Amino acid sequence: MPKFPFLKNKETENKSKVFIPSRRDFLKISTLASGGFLLGVNFQCSGPKGELVTFAPNVFISIDSDNQVTIIAHRSEMGTGIRTSLPMIVADELGADWEKVKIVQAEGNEEKYGDQNTDGSYSVRMFYEPMRKAGATARYMLIAAAAEKWGIDASDCHTEKGQVLSSGGKKINFGDLVEGLKDKEMPDEASITLKEFSSYKLIGKDIAIYDNKDIATGKAIFGADVDLPNMQVAVVRRSPVVGAKVISYNDEKALAIPGVNSVHKIEGAGIPPGLDKPLEGVAVIADNTWAAMKGRDALEIEWDLGENQQYSSAKQLDEMLKSTTGNGQVRRERGNFNSARQGAGQVLERTYLAPFYAHATLEPPAAIADFREDGTCEIWAPTQHPQWARQAVADAMQMDLDNIKMNVTLLGGGFGRKSKPDFVVEAAILSKAAKSPVRVQWTREDDLHHDFFHAQSAQRIRATLDKNGNFSGWNHHTVFPAIGATASATELHPSSGELELGCIDFPFEVPNIRIETHESKAHTRIGWLRSVSNIHHAFAISCMLDEIAEAKKMDPVDFILSILAENKDLDLSDEIKSDFGNYGEPLEKFPWNTKRLRGVIEKVALEADWKKMVSEGKAVGFAVHKSFLTYVACIVEVTKGNNGQIIIPSVHYAVDCGIGVNTDRIKSQFEGGAQFATSLAMTSAITLENGKVQQNNFDGYQIIRMPQSPKKIHVHIMESMEKPTGVGEPPVPPYIPALCNAIYKLTGERIYQLPFKA
Amino acid sequence: MEKYTITVNGKKQEVTASEDMPLLWVLRDLLSMKGTKFGCGQALCGACTVLVGDEATRSCSLPISAVGNQNITTIEGLSQNGDHPLQKAWVEHIVPQCGYCQTGQIMNAAALLKSNPSPSEAEIESAMAGNLCRCGTYNRIKDAILTASKS
Ligand code: FES
Ligand code: FES
Repeated sequence: MPKFPFLKNKETENKSKVFIPSRRDFLKISTLASGGFLLGVNFQCSGPKGELVTFAPNVFISIDSDNQVTIIAHRSEMGTGIRTSLPMIVADELGADWEKVKIVQAEGNEEKYGDQNTDGSYSVRMFYEPMRKAGATARYMLIAAAAEKWGIDASDCHTEKGQVLSSGGKKINFGDLVEGLKDKEMPDEASITLKEFSSYKLIGKDIAIYDNKDIATGKAIFGADVDLPNMQVAVVRRSPVVGAKVISYNDEKALAIPGVNSVHKIEGAGIPPGLDKPLEGVAVIADNTWAAMKGRDALEIEWDLGENQQYSSAKQLDEMLKSTTGNGQVRRERGNFNSARQGAGQVLERTYLAPFYAHATLEPPAAIADFREDGTCEIWAPTQHPQWARQAVADAMQMDLDNIKMNVTLLGGGFGRKSKPDFVVEAAILSKAAKSPVRVQWTREDDLHHDFFHAQSAQRIRATLDKNGNFSGWNHHTVFPAIGATASATELHPSSGELELGCIDFPFEVPNIRIETHESKAHTRIGWLRSVSNIHHAFAISCMLDEIAEAKKMDPVDFILSILAENKDLDLSDEIKSDFGNYGEPLEKFPWNTKRLRGVIEKVALEADWKKMVSEGKAVGFAVHKSFLTYVACIVEVTKGNNGQIIIPSVHYAVDCGIGVNTDRIKSQFEGGAQFATSLAMTSAITLENGKVQQNNFDGYQIIRMPQSPKKIHVHIMESMEKPTGVGEPPVPPYIPALCNAIYKLTGERIYQLPFKA
Repeated sequence: MEKYTITVNGKKQEVTASEDMPLLWVLRDLLSMKGTKFGCGQALCGACTVLVGDEATRSCSLPISAVGNQNITTIEGLSQNGDHPLQKAWVEHIVPQCGYCQTGQIMNAAALLKSNPSPSEAEIESAMAGNLCRCGTYNRIKDAILTASKS
């Protein structure tokens, strides 16, 4: 069962078994993650491997008598650097020699490692504390052993670079203490003091990723790179329209292609398609990828296309937009918007449209399964959520979890796509059918046609200024097919979890607020893409705020500061018609603090020299948006090139993510986020006609190329001692409206639809 | 199915393949050289870039029958110990995020530096425009190429 705290939906809890975690469940996991599991795992000294003795105080650390320190990375590496950042934390507390630490990727196993769902920008947030404790526990034990040996007090010792050192100048390698740790007790958790921030050697610094050189030399292993003896390759023709069923197929021509060995049907779920199930399809299994692709092309399949064959995304978007003129389901209410509207001196009403987006990870989905005669199955997959993948395979094949081993490779990009285990299940089904190891290889066309798309959206915002010109009312209508609809066809409104992503958590001081949703159906698979519905919500909200500032003849930065409380912990629970999930964290632990939002606004304006840029007539745009508990403000500058093309000379970000663990990876996430968001804003869109996706490859679904990238991306990290929060997704939301607002300054045209052509 | 002898990283390799099999799959599936990546199969992303002679070539779109006796260099053969100036610069700038596009980026950049040892920023941008990076490492790639070009 996947755990996606931000998708909790109060209204429909329990209805959709698949993706909505109960809050209790989530809390259980976070308590586990916040230290419980450290005690849950027995202290052990594993027996000798030859002469080697290993000390493994918890599941994350082992120290060999030859001084090798190994740290387990239990979260998936898809480009955020998490495979480096969490082990770094352990190593820093332990006092290991970072240059010599070995990092090993954990297999998917919830009992052993706790939550491994690498999603929602919460790896660092959830595991900063537990990883420190894991490292510190081992440090305590090593120090105790050394102190005992030297007959001195433990408080006279510390660790550094893989050694215990005494204040009197004694030194001993970790490895030399291993043997003596055999019958030692785990220290009581309460007795452990974590290091002071100032004494960290790794945390808070720019640290290179562990796989840096392996990647640059082509040695890094991604999903499709795993090779097994006698492995065959499968390429699948999947239902062209979601819900389509195979009536019959003819595999004669496919089987005639040299290298093609067999053809198998995969049963799909129909409608709803499910978040963890394969689509209906016919698989061609061959000696190599090329033969399988050619075999797939030669298949003749008769489809019953089903109820989605008439679907047009353009038509639906029109209907969605029209629906926003009426009254919707009220999801948050403060004051009385209608009276604000009646008494208004000015009403601004704008609409915003955004398309379906595909993840288009550069590595298309691929997975390898080896289903063996003894009924066990071993899998290698680039999965963000190995535990869900393991469970989905168990469900699909009616197997015991214990009989499935889920190995995690590097991911060639994830962005939410590789949370879904459909492609992993395909591999397992086909390995069993083919009685050999099988790699399922998706092509780019498969990836774009059969993604779990970011939903298209229509929004209407009405803003009122009272007779004195004060910002008095905010009425936001949002409509988009819900992620939940992929699992349960009766879901017609966005979940409260999806609205908390930048919509009902609208933080500004406006006396009258009404936020409404409208119905829309999903006719394709909907999933989550890097920052999820924050993408379209931030676009609409921050573009509208820019217009309000203009109507009030105010500088946009000054305007935002004028409607934001000085220093307040927001509590919107009386206004929101559902529990406020706060990305799965209690507000007491992670308050919604307006001072921190002001902090990033002021910082970005200062660093970019906003006032000067404005006074010099530069086309600059600004936006601020908190998501995934991280506060981000952004300033984008645009100009026109010789051929009239848009050039983005500079981007400035200010980010408050609490303590910055690996500052280089924070910067790289923001650099990448700006580039990713440029694609969303300017080049990418998925459309469907007759139920079929119309884009086939990177010519139709375009992502930006080097010449289109912002030239300089400056990332200003706020100094903070607050608890760390994630940075994978937060760079995306404010960038798009900041860019749109800059484009308006350049061209005089407001942007109301993504992607825009300027 | 035909027998072909091709030269990869200075070594002669014999393979049996259908004549239309792209070099990419020959490398990956028949020779088990996994450094060259599959991203689009249509010469649109550059993930599969290798050198044919000194030219950057999209191996997904080059059939084995067209390779002949030209010398093919893949990421595995770019340098002995991963110490090509571009690889060193890549490590120094910590270019990769997910890393999937990077071998193609490096091979494309290697061809660029062979034909133009000190490219301007604009020349880098246009020479690298065929290589997609979904994670958004373009700026660091550019910086790394500039660094390598100065070494
Ligand atoms: S895989 Fe060859 S260019 Fe994309
Ligand atoms: S680093 Fe991920 S695609 Fe380039």
